[in-house]
Amino acid sequence: MLSLNNIEVIYNDVVLVLKGLSLEVPEGRIVAVLGSNGAGKSTTLKAISGLLKPENGEVTDGEIRFLDQPIHKKDAAAIVRMGIFQVMEGRRVFEHLTVEENLRAGAYTRGLGGFAQDLELVYNYFPRLKERRNQTAGFLSGGEQQMLAIGRALMARPRLIMLDEPSLGLAPLLVEEIFRIIKRINKEQGTTILLVEQNARLALDAADHAYIMENGRIVLDGSPADLKDNADVREFYLGLNEVGGRKSYREVKHYKRRKRWLS
Amino acid sequence: MEKLVQLTMSGVANGAIFALVALGFVLIYKSSDVINFAQGELLLIGAYLTYMTVEQIGLWWPAGVVVAVLLAAVVGVLIETLVLRPLIGEPAISVIMVTIGLSSLLRAIVGAIWGVTPRPAPQFLPRDTMTIFGASVGVDKIWAIFLALVLFALLTLFFRFSREGIAMRAVADDQQAALSMGISVKRVWAVAWAIAAVTAAVGGILLMSIFGGVSGSIARVGLLVFPVVILGGLDSIPGAIIGGLIIGLLQSYAGGYLPPDLGMGEVVPFIILLLILLVRPYGLFGQRFIERV
Repeated sequence: MLSLNNIEVIYNDVVLVLKGLSLEVPEGRIVAVLGSNGAGKSTTLKAISGLLKPENGEVTDGEIRFLDQPIHKKDAAAIVRMGIFQVMEGRRVFEHLTVEENLRAGAYTRGLGGFAQDLELVYNYFPRLKERRNQTAGFLSGGEQQMLAIGRALMARPRLIMLDEPSLGLAPLLVEEIFRIIKRINKEQGTTILLVEQNARLALDAADHAYIMENGRIVLDGSPADLKDNADVREFYLGLNEVGGRKSYREVKHYKRRKRWLS
Repeated sequence: MEKLVQLTMSGVANGAIFALVALGFVLIYKSSDVINFAQGELLLIGAYLTYMTVEQIGLWWPAGVVVAVLLAAVVGVLIETLVLRPLIGEPAISVIMVTIGLSSLLRAIVGAIWGVTPRPAPQFLPRDTMTIFGASVGVDKIWAIFLALVLFALLTLFFRFSREGIAMRAVADDQQAALSMGISVKRVWAVAWAIAAVTAAVGGILLMSIFGGVSGSIARVGLLVFPVVILGGLDSIPGAIIGGLIIGLLQSYAGGYLPPDLGMGEVVPFIILLLILLVRPYGLFGQRFIERV
């Protein structure tokens, strides 16, 4: 459905952030991209959704194809209309608009047809938003804001939702709830999901396929089960030792494992 | 008592016009962070366009006003696309300098087309007076207040319920997030300029009718936008309306009750401007940011 082929992204004409990145998102699946801060995960999503330009970034090489059409030269509005919707990092709800107005803003690219049904759909996934439909979004809790951000994406009836760290700054219980709903949306609506996360355990549990990114490249990919067995992933992303127990930090001081994918 | 009622009515009428002009200023600032020093010239353009359609072309006045207002909207969109869009990403100070230049340019263009001598204007608001609490008040003032109220109501509905209105508020809140849901920021800016030109044009037309003449001095009202928006808060639409009324009333009372040779009516708005900047720089209703606790 979506494929990135040897993408190179440069910011301000000098900073090379993505260095030949390729990945594949098949229709109807949940694909996760893991990686530490600064690996280029958010940049990857922005390259897809056409949001690089306001930040002075540019796809300088390679190709992004969605539904067999190249999209890396299109602008953000055209890409949303094609069915890709990015839920940006840090929720980014419109703070001075009410919950329902936020949802209407999400439906901007579609005409008014079916607006009421879609609203019901969102309220069905997030009953808490219905209770607060006329409240100013800035006064919602962090979890409710994340729900609103995802609900806003649903309003555009996208075929692919890209979630940039939905767990950021939320309590563990809420994070689990949000991930449950993401999986439900994927199953019930058939919406493809591209998930960027730092919380590797949760992301691997939710995903059908996962990529691991470092320094603007994909260094490893595979099914979540394979990745969970990979010694490096266990050590660096899941914090487990070879036997499977939690890592003791006493060992860290003495011995630092080298990532084998770095040459 | 009679004087008080008269001064209040003319203060409210002027205030409503100031509010209209300030509203456009706030809209442009909110959606694109541009401080528009050419707001007064939009007023001038609206007034002269009406002079053209009604007096020179000879249209029936309601039709003439509608045509003039639509033309003003086109002028607003043109200014946005030709002048301000190429400046995206430039420092705020360059944008301010450009709008100052724009104001001189627009005034010169108006002067070149219609000359600089004052001309008698079409009178469409009725000139008779009516008696309120024993004071005689011009009916045109009441009309001005009424028309401004209608326009405010329409705009409120537009921002609450229309797709484009919600998109404009979304852009004002978080431009990048708005972009991420396919809202065209450029279109929102164009609409903001169109609305600003329309409200300013209506203000200009009302002033022209109240003065009974049209001349370059109408643009001077544009300067009063600054006390109004600083008082109300640069980014607050209700602030622009209330600020307009307060400035209008204060100006009227100061001009009426203080010795006329002091000219306090002209000065008071700017004294308020200074005081507000010292005490409450974000104005009465300006946003400091919503903070979650």
